[in-house]
Amino acid sequence: MRNARLLLYLLWVLLYLLHNDIWLWDNGAIVMGLPVGLLYHVGFCLAAAVMLGLLVTYARPAHLIAADDEGDAT
Amino acid sequence: MTLTVIGIYLLLVLCVGALSHRLFRGTSEDYFVASRTIGPFLLLMSLFGTNMTAFAILGASGEAYHEGIGVFGLMASSSALIIPSVFYFVGTRLWALGKRHGFMTQVQYFRARWESSWLGLVLFVVLIALLIPYLLIGVMAGGLTMNQITQGQVPKWIGGLIVCVVVMTYVCYGGLRGTAWANAFQTLVFMILGGVTFYVIVDAVGGLSSALDRLGAKHPELLIRGEKIQPIRLLTYTCIPLSVGMFPHMFMHWLTARRASAFRTPLMVYPLCIAAVWIPSVLLGILGHLDFPGLKGAAANSVLVRLIHLHAPELLAGLLAAGVFAAVMSSLDSQVLSIGTMFTQDIVRHYGLRERMSERAQVIYGRVFVAGVLLVTYLISLVSARSIFKLGIWSFTGFAALFPVVFAALFWRRSTKYGALASILTVAALWLYFLTQGWQSPGYTVGGTGIMPVAVILAASALAMVVGSLLTQPPGREVVDRFVAPAAGPAA
Repeated sequence: MRNARLLLYLLWVLLYLLHNDIWLWDNGAIVMGLPVGLLYHVGFCLAAAVMLGLLVTYARPAHLIAADDEGDAT
Repeated sequence: MTLTVIGIYLLLVLCVGALSHRLFRGTSEDYFVASRTIGPFLLLMSLFGTNMTAFAILGASGEAYHEGIGVFGLMASSSALIIPSVFYFVGTRLWALGKRHGFMTQVQYFRARWESSWLGLVLFVVLIALLIPYLLIGVMAGGLTMNQITQGQVPKWIGGLIVCVVVMTYVCYGGLRGTAWANAFQTLVFMILGGVTFYVIVDAVGGLSSALDRLGAKHPELLIRGEKIQPIRLLTYTCIPLSVGMFPHMFMHWLTARRASAFRTPLMVYPLCIAAVWIPSVLLGILGHLDFPGLKGAAANSVLVRLIHLHAPELLAGLLAAGVFAAVMSSLDSQVLSIGTMFTQDIVRHYGLRERMSERAQVIYGRVFVAGVLLVTYLISLVSARSIFKLGIWSFTGFAALFPVVFAALFWRRSTKYGALASILTVAALWLYFLTQGWQSPGYTVGGTGIMPVAVILAASALAMVVGSLLTQPPGREVVDRFVAPAAGPAA
């Protein structure tokens, strides 16, 4: 599980780097009805949602589970 | 018609606030943090609604009008990753500590974490100073919108007054629970109306594909980043969303979560909500060139209102005004309540009235401060120049640059109160310096390099935290064990 968490953190860093899409900087092509530079960042938002979904599912900090357990006990 | 729609909308907001009051338990914890009982849906709506100001609807269109589609990557998609990540790494931990120790404000946490009353006072002053321009923007944007939508029939001072009175009524009456319900309602309103506005206008200009083709023929530079946005600016702009880590109103909303698991849905859906609001705003901003070419400076912020007057029926103008009011009020309410909470808890209770203050008295103080803060903000808004909007943008920079303080508090056991003080003073000094440098230049970057000032202040703030902490006595182990986030354990 520790490895899974580390892998997800590395994936997060990779996603952050991918935000800087310099390869599309001067590309004004229309793809799927949108300028490609805009479409890329819309896709980035979807990727961010997936990333956060993976984090809350596979890298949920133990103390948060404990906090919920405390709440259930009271 | 427009005024009728706005009037109905404001009445609905008041009704939502009044209905939520039926759940009020009469305790200070219920008034200030909704007894920590908010579930995933309300948490998502209140976190998102609080963070989305009128800027996302009107300002984003204006920015896109000038800078093209690059505005989406600059301001929206960076937030889509950074903001929920801050919720994940910082917000959930502060929620757990707040629940365990009964915190209601971030100043309470920092005072306990570094065992320092005066550090809390310094932070209180800095946070309030950074938040006030933000409040002013809300009140002034309400007045301006009402004025523009009604084509000058309603003066700005009346629009601002209406915003203040409505927000004061439901915040004073319902506390954070009323604020959360009103936020949820208003967030849904501005998301739905944003979509409707986009559909009606795009349909009127002949469809998105045809409009983009015409725009590409006339202004191809709006469909790329080109020279308008440098890559280094895109990179360093990602520091700005870190501001959510230090916003007092976001801290307050984190504390309301019922369980840790209540964060799951908001974290996953937040990026999608950002896309849903910003895509229409940015596209309508660039398409505004087809009907209204040549708008200069701040005049471009009215491009959306102009498009509606040209292409949409009067009913939609009223609905859009309601949407903008929703965005304005859903931020203003939380900010005002957080300031009221800070005055009550961090000043009145902390200095002198701690033993004598009943639950009821705390609620009354909270209400008085909310009303007082709104009254003062409204009076200042009457005499403020429009250039105050620029100060609001700079307040994001200040909050973001303070991020090392909360990060060190949670994750660095060796951090000390003197390190935190060094960090805060560094931010204050550099923020003032860059503010004076960039006040007259809207697109100011450090030395014209494309580097946003926030990146420099953030780095200096982190360095000051490290140096200040290493040069001073480490805090006691027992305190650190209680208030630093535990190391990550096995996943669920």
